[in-house]
Amino acid sequence: MTDVVRTTPERVPLVEMRNIRVAFGGVHAVDNVSISLHPGEVVGLVGGNGAGKSTLIRTLSGAHRADSGEILIDGKPQVIGNPRDAKAFNIECIYQTLALADNISAPGNVFLGREVATPWGTIDDGAMEDATRKVMGRLNPNFKRFATPVMSLSGGQRQAVAIARAVYFNARILIMDEPTAALGPAETTQVHYLIRQLKNEGIGIFLISHDIHDVFDLSDRIAVMYHGRLVGTVRKDDVTTDEVLAMIILGKRPGEATREELQGLQIGEVTSS
Amino acid sequence: MTSAPAQGSKRGSHRLRRALTATEVDLRLFGMLVALAGILIGFHIMSDGKLIQPANMVTLAVQASGVAIMATGMVLIIVSRNIDLSVGSIVGVVAMSYALLMTDWLPALGIGLDAPFQWLIALAIGLGIGAFIGGFQGFLIAYVGIPAFIVTLGGLLSLRGSVWLLSSGAAVSGLHGEFRKIGGGVLGSIGEVATWVVAGAACLAIIGLIVYNRRQRQRFGFPVRPMWAEVLLGAIGCAAVLGLSAFANSNYLPPGLATQYAAEHGITEPAGGLKVPLGFPWPILLVMGATLAITFLATRRRFGRYVYAYGGNPDAAELAGINTRWTIMKTFILMGVLCAIAAAIGSARLNGATLDVGQSDELYVIAAAVVGGTSFAGGIGTIPGAVLGAFVMQSLAYGLSFNGVNSPTQNVVAGLVLIVAVGLDTYSRRRGSTR
Repeated sequence: MTDVVRTTPERVPLVEMRNIRVAFGGVHAVDNVSISLHPGEVVGLVGGNGAGKSTLIRTLSGAHRADSGEILIDGKPQVIGNPRDAKAFNIECIYQTLALADNISAPGNVFLGREVATPWGTIDDGAMEDATRKVMGRLNPNFKRFATPVMSLSGGQRQAVAIARAVYFNARILIMDEPTAALGPAETTQVHYLIRQLKNEGIGIFLISHDIHDVFDLSDRIAVMYHGRLVGTVRKDDVTTDEVLAMIILGKRPGEATREELQGLQIGEVTSS
Repeated sequence: MTSAPAQGSKRGSHRLRRALTATEVDLRLFGMLVALAGILIGFHIMSDGKLIQPANMVTLAVQASGVAIMATGMVLIIVSRNIDLSVGSIVGVVAMSYALLMTDWLPALGIGLDAPFQWLIALAIGLGIGAFIGGFQGFLIAYVGIPAFIVTLGGLLSLRGSVWLLSSGAAVSGLHGEFRKIGGGVLGSIGEVATWVVAGAACLAIIGLIVYNRRQRQRFGFPVRPMWAEVLLGAIGCAAVLGLSAFANSNYLPPGLATQYAAEHGITEPAGGLKVPLGFPWPILLVMGATLAITFLATRRRFGRYVYAYGGNPDAAELAGINTRWTIMKTFILMGVLCAIAAAIGSARLNGATLDVGQSDELYVIAAAVVGGTSFAGGIGTIPGAVLGAFVMQSLAYGLSFNGVNSPTQNVVAGLVLIVAVGLDTYSRRRGSTR
């Protein structure tokens, strides 16, 4: 048996989202969800397709506006109306789609919307390429194609560009929506290593993933969503993967689900598949 | 992954390709230059060696100038996944405004055609009208969210109607003498000395740019072009500029006017007639200026970067925090201003405005941009390419009519060339992307 974790009152969370609601034409994509994130913490956000994970996170990155609810950053209520606002609070997001402009080079994408300018107001491509070479050296040392448009790069390389963009600007709050979905095993390991490194630097990370094992590997806490609702947030060490899977599939906290429901899931097979 | 270089091939085409790669020359642009030269030489041969002469080439370039100037703006519009069908009608409205301002409206305020700066006031107001029309359409497209095709189709119709309403259906003529120079011709050319000054400045700029770029790359220790390639590029660039200038300076004042000129300046005319070099006409200088300015905006300023980013992936641009609506609106404002410049050339050449100034220009402008490599899928297109596209299309029309081909046949050829050019481009792009 496990308890649902409440945020510890003595520490001020980096982000606190309270009672967030988002509706699309009468359908509640996100229904009264509250979630928090502390410095140096990884919170895994899981749930089936259409559970509302991405929508919730997009209200934090400024891609969507919540219909109601509030967002506190360092304990103060703030308005995030667009991606620029979010970036001003050092909230960076790696979207599932990567959100890269395919016709532009890697440095151009890393600095998109935040170009380095020369004193004459022109774009300083040299400085941007230099900075990109440095950050990519950390993420993907084999990366050499700084001049070609990113459309001709491999999936892993494109992912590295998207990650570089998020890390370069001193993110304090990092949102990663399926960061390893397009990656091979070696690249996935690299991303895992990076997440741990960023966590040690005190960055708070929301990690959305379909891979329950990834989430267990990396997260401190796991928030489960089901049909727009938050089923609960659990401490990773307090639960088993089967219990989290039951939360994802049934939308009920451990202890709420009946024995019959749990047996009906045949979770052993689900996890091994 | 690194692409495998062509190995062991001793064929010349491969060596040329490698040399071109080293100079980082845009192959598409190079191909278009070759095509343009091919068209001109072809028609030159067809006409028994009469076509390529300074006077003809200057006429051809002046005829293409309006479309070329507007094509630079159309590239940015198409790159950001929009279209502007109203450019021809904007030209019509602004040209008529220039004519009415100079002959009617400003004189009513006591600023007559004899006032030395009257034409500048008219020009400034015309540019403002162009910017306003473009801005209004851009607002409807970017902020209200009406598709660009619809907004500018509406603009095409209603603005053309406005031309008629402005002048009550009459043609207007008799513009300010200084204004007429914008249209080129004998009076509107800058002369021998100024042409060489422009050429010298352009050469210095080319060399300066090459040196600056090399320094920038060296500053960060990036790989640079081999020295021979830098020198070659600079030499070719300067040779082209100087060659064009010499060519423009070998276009002389017609004999009758030269005699008059000699009399006015107290020169005794030599036996073979006085040769007064005309140099670059203003429309060609305006094309050069627009090409440089818009290329600078497109490649060196944030605005241009955002236009291309939006064209490549609108969502990415939005999520990167770019003010995409304002960016789109600005492309239309810029288009309106370029239309006003084209309208100045058009009305200056006519010494007035008729109801159909700029009619069907939208089609030629879009064709020029597309022949120049601009993709309707968005995100791809270059300004110099579109300008070359305008010259390719005009060379075809001029070459055909020079050889006595009638204008319906010219249109058939122009249409087919448009389709073939885009077809070839699509084919080569598809091959390029799978490599």
